[in-house]
Amino acid sequence: MRDRRAAGRPARAPRLHRAARPLHPVAWWIWALGLAVAASRTTNPLSLCLIIAVACVVVAARRTDAPWARAFRGYLILGVVIVMIRVVAYVVLGNRFGTTVVVRLPEVGLPDWAAGIRLGGPVTLEGVLSAATDGLRLATMIISLGAANTLANPKRLLRCVPAALYEVGTAVVVSLSMAPQLAESVQRVRRARQLRAGNERGHRAVRAIAVPVLADALDRSLALAAAMDSRGYGRIGDTSPARRRLTGALLIIGLIGVCIGVYGILDGTTAAAQGLPVLAVSAALAVAGIATARRRIRPTVYRPDPWGWPEWMVSASGIAVGAALVASSRVDPDRVVPTFDPLVWPALPMWSTIGILIGLLPAVVAPPVPDRRRDASVNGTVTPRTDSSALRHDRPGATSGLPDAAATELVP
Amino acid sequence: MIRFDHVTVTYPDARRPVLRDVELELPEGSLCLVTGRTGSGKTTLLRAINGLVPRSTGGLLQGRVIVDGHDTSTLPPRELADVVGVVGQDPLASFVTDVVEDELAYGMEQLSIAPEVMRPRVEDTLDLLGIADLRDRPLRDLSGGQQQRVAIGSVLTCHPKVLVLDEPTSALDPTAAEEVLAAITRLVHDLGTTVVLAEHRLERVLQYADVVVRVLDDGHVAHGAPTEVMADAPLAPPVVRLGRALDWSPLPLSVRDARRHATVLRDTVGAPPVADAPGSSSTALPLLRAARLSVRHGRIDAVRDVDLTLHAGTVTALMGRNGSGKSSLLWALQGSGSRTGGTVDAAGVDTRSASPARRRTLVGLVPQTSGDLLYLETVDDECAQADAESDAAAGTCRALFDDLTGGTVDGDVHPRDLSEGQRLALVLAVQLSAAPSVVLLDEPTRGLDYAAKEQLRVILRRLAGDGAAVVVATHDVEFVATTCDRTVVLAQGEIVAEGATAEVVCASPMLAPQVAKVLAPEPWLDVDTVIEAAIEAASETVSETAIDAAGDRT
Repeated sequence: MRDRRAAGRPARAPRLHRAARPLHPVAWWIWALGLAVAASRTTNPLSLCLIIAVACVVVAARRTDAPWARAFRGYLILGVVIVMIRVVAYVVLGNRFGTTVVVRLPEVGLPDWAAGIRLGGPVTLEGVLSAATDGLRLATMIISLGAANTLANPKRLLRCVPAALYEVGTAVVVSLSMAPQLAESVQRVRRARQLRAGNERGHRAVRAIAVPVLADALDRSLALAAAMDSRGYGRIGDTSPARRRLTGALLIIGLIGVCIGVYGILDGTTAAAQGLPVLAVSAALAVAGIATARRRIRPTVYRPDPWGWPEWMVSASGIAVGAALVASSRVDPDRVVPTFDPLVWPALPMWSTIGILIGLLPAVVAPPVPDRRRDASVNGTVTPRTDSSALRHDRPGATSGLPDAAATELVP
Repeated sequence: MIRFDHVTVTYPDARRPVLRDVELELPEGSLCLVTGRTGSGKTTLLRAINGLVPRSTGGLLQGRVIVDGHDTSTLPPRELADVVGVVGQDPLASFVTDVVEDELAYGMEQLSIAPEVMRPRVEDTLDLLGIADLRDRPLRDLSGGQQQRVAIGSVLTCHPKVLVLDEPTSALDPTAAEEVLAAITRLVHDLGTTVVLAEHRLERVLQYADVVVRVLDDGHVAHGAPTEVMADAPLAPPVVRLGRALDWSPLPLSVRDARRHATVLRDTVGAPPVADAPGSSSTALPLLRAARLSVRHGRIDAVRDVDLTLHAGTVTALMGRNGSGKSSLLWALQGSGSRTGGTVDAAGVDTRSASPARRRTLVGLVPQTSGDLLYLETVDDECAQADAESDAAAGTCRALFDDLTGGTVDGDVHPRDLSEGQRLALVLAVQLSAAPSVVLLDEPTRGLDYAAKEQLRVILRRLAGDGAAVVVATHDVEFVATTCDRTVVLAQGEIVAEGATAEVVCASPMLAPQVAKVLAPEPWLDVDTVIEAAIEAASETVSETAIDAAGDRT
C-alpha cells in the first residue's frame, strides 16, 4: 500500500531501503520453515487455515513473474489433493471413533492375519473431521514450503550452500533445469501423438511417449554436460580423494543427525532433551565437514545477495511464528491441539493467532519486486530490429549497439 | 591461432572416419565459415577445437589440434574455457542458470574471477551484444535471437580468444539472424576475436567470411579464401551460382557485389515471365477454409482472427518472426492444437470436432521437432505402425518413404540414425500414409543443406501437383522464393501480408531472396530461371530481347 502512495507522489524520492530488489532466498526459507513448524504443532483447523492465508497474502504481495514463481497454484491444488486423500483413506480403512455416524459402509471381513485392519464400516463425523484436519496440517506445511519456492529462486538458494556441498548443489541445479524441460517435452510429445492418432493402449502407449521424451532428455543432458564442461565447470577444486571422502562422510553423517535431532525436537511426544544433544553433535560434525572443505578454492560468486534489515525482519517473523506455536502448544494444548471427540467447534486460541499474524510481516517489510512490466517485451510481442541496412555495411557491427533500447521504448 | 595437424577423427562403431587427415591453420582475428553437407562432420570439426571431440563424444582423434599454443590432447575442455568459447546449436539446452545476468557470470564464477572484475565485464558484454535491458529477464522467456545473443555473451565474458558457433542462426527469423551476425562481425572487427562458425544458409554469412572451410563428404577438408572455395563448391548461395553461371569475376559473395556486376543483366533479362500461379485464381478448389481463427495461450494472443483459405495445387509459405504465431496457427488448422475462436472447415468437417484419426485424413501436420512422432526401433516398424494407424494397405508408408528418399534407406535402420532430411521424409511419409489433402509442415528446412532442400522442394511441388494444398512455415526466404506460390506473413498473430510470393517477398527487404535484391525492381525469385533467361537473351540479338521484354511487360 505504501508503495502505491509513494508512486502517486513523484516529487518525493522513494526511501533507499524500499528499492526493488529480490530478498535473500535464505530469508524466505527461514520464514517458510517457521510457518511449517507452526503448522506441525497445531491441529486447530482455524489456525491452519490462517497459516495458509498468511502464506497466500505474502506470495501475492511479493512474487515475481519468473517461471519458478508461477507454480504456487500447483501447491494449493496439491494441498487440496492431500486433504482428500487423507479423508478417503480414513473412510475406507480408518480407525473408528466418535458417535456421530454419517454413513454406514458395508464392512469387509479380513482374514485373521490382517486383524486390526478394518475395511468399511461406520463412518463418523468426528473421524472424518479429524482426518481432514490431519491432512490439512500436512497440506499447510507443503503450501508453506511451496511459498518459499515461489518467492525465492531455488537456484539462487543453492548458491548459498557451503563449498562442501558444491557438487551436490550442481547436481540439484541440473535436475532442476531438467524438470521443467521434461514436463515440456512430455506435453509436446503427447500433442504430437495426436497427429499420428496413436491409439495404442497399455505399455505401448507409455512407450510411444517415453521413448521420444527420454531420447530428448538424454540429448539435452549431454548438451548441458558438454556446455558446462566447455565453460569451465569443475576446473578448480581438485583435492585428494581421501580428503573428499572424509568431507563427504562428515557431512552425510552430520546432516542425517541433524534431521534426527530436528525430528526429536519437533515431535511433540518426545522431550526436547532427547533431540537437543543429537542435534548438537551432528551439527558439529556437519560444521567439521564444511571446515575440511574450506581449504579448497571454490568458484567466486557474482553479485552475492545482500543480507540487510529486511532479511532480518523476514526471517525473524518466520521464527516468531514457529516459536509462538511451539510455546502456545505447550501452554494451551486444549485449544491449539483440539480433538473432535466430543464434537465441538474449535476455538481460536488468541496467542497463537497473534503469532501466526506476525508471519504477514514480509508482505510489508520485504522489498517490492522489480517491476517487469516496464520492459516486458514478452516473447513475440516485440522483436528488436536492427537497421535492415546493417548487413550491407562493411562493418555492420557498428550499428548494432542499441537496437533493443530503441525497440523497447515502443512498448507501452 | 588454431592449427589442425593431420587430424583424423573416427567415432566408435563407425565404418570410416568422419574427418580424414585435416590440415588447417586459421589466423588470429579471422571469421572462418565451415560448410558441408548435413552430417559431413562440421560439428565434429568445431567441437574438436576445444577438445569436446573426443572427450565428451567418444571416438579416436589422431593428429594434433593446437589452439593458442595449447595442445587439446593434454588439456580437458574446462581448462580451455578462457581460450575457446563454444556456443551450441540450441542455446536453451546449454543454459545453466535461469536469469540473463547470472548466465553471463557463470563462466567467470567457474574461473574464480574476482567479483570486482566480474561486474564490469558483465556490463560490457551486455552493451556489446545489445542485451542490457534484458539483464534480469528469465532466459526461457526470451525470443530465439535474444537467447542466441545471451549464449554468445555467456562465453564472451571469459574473454576467449576463439569463439566457436554451431549454426547460430538456424532457428532464427531473418531479422534476428542479422542481429546475431552483426554482433559476431562486431567481435571480429572490434576485438579481433577469431570466430569459427558452421552454417547451412551460406547466403547469410558468406560475405563476412575471411576463410571458408569445406568439409567434403569423404572427410577431407578444403579451405581458402571465399572466392576460391566458392568457385567450384556444390553448395553455394544464389549470388554465387549466378556469378558462376555468368562468369563474373571476381565472384560475387554479397548482394552488393552482384548488383555491381548486374547492371547489364538487369537490362537483358528484363521482367520475369508472368507465372500462371496455381491456386491464386478463384477457379482452384478450396480444400480448407479458416474463418476468424483465434488461439490464446494464457495472456498471449498467439493467433488473432485469421481468415485463410488453402486451395488445391498450391504451396503456401507461412512467414513471420519467431513467436509470431506460425506454429499455433498450423496446429489450430490441423485441429490437434488449441483454438479459442473461429472455425476451420476441411471437406465440410470442422477439424477440431473430428476424431484424431479422422483429422489426419483431412489435414496432415509435420511438427517442428518431427522426431517426436517416432518411437520404434526401425524404419520398417514405424512404417508398419503408420499403415495400421491410417488403415492403409500394408506397405503404403514404406512405398511413400522410398518414393521420397529414392529407396536408398534400409528398413532396419534406427530412425534416430537417419540424417535430418531422411527423418523428415520418414515423418512426412507417416503423415502422408493417411492420404490427407492438406499437408502442413512446421520449419521443415531447419538443418537441411541445399541439396536436401532441393529434394524437399521437388517433393512439395509434386504433392501440390497431385492436387494437395501444402503450407510450409519457414524462415528460409530462398526456399520460399523457389518453392511457394503464395506467401502469408504473420505478425503478432495477425496476417499482415498475403498474396503471390513474388509480390509479398519482393516488397520487403527482409524477406526478399538474393536474386530479387540483385535484379530489383524486377521481381525475379529463382536463380535458375534468371540464368536460363540470361543465356537465352545472350543467344538472341539485343534488339530482339528488348522487344520481347517490352512485350512481356504489356
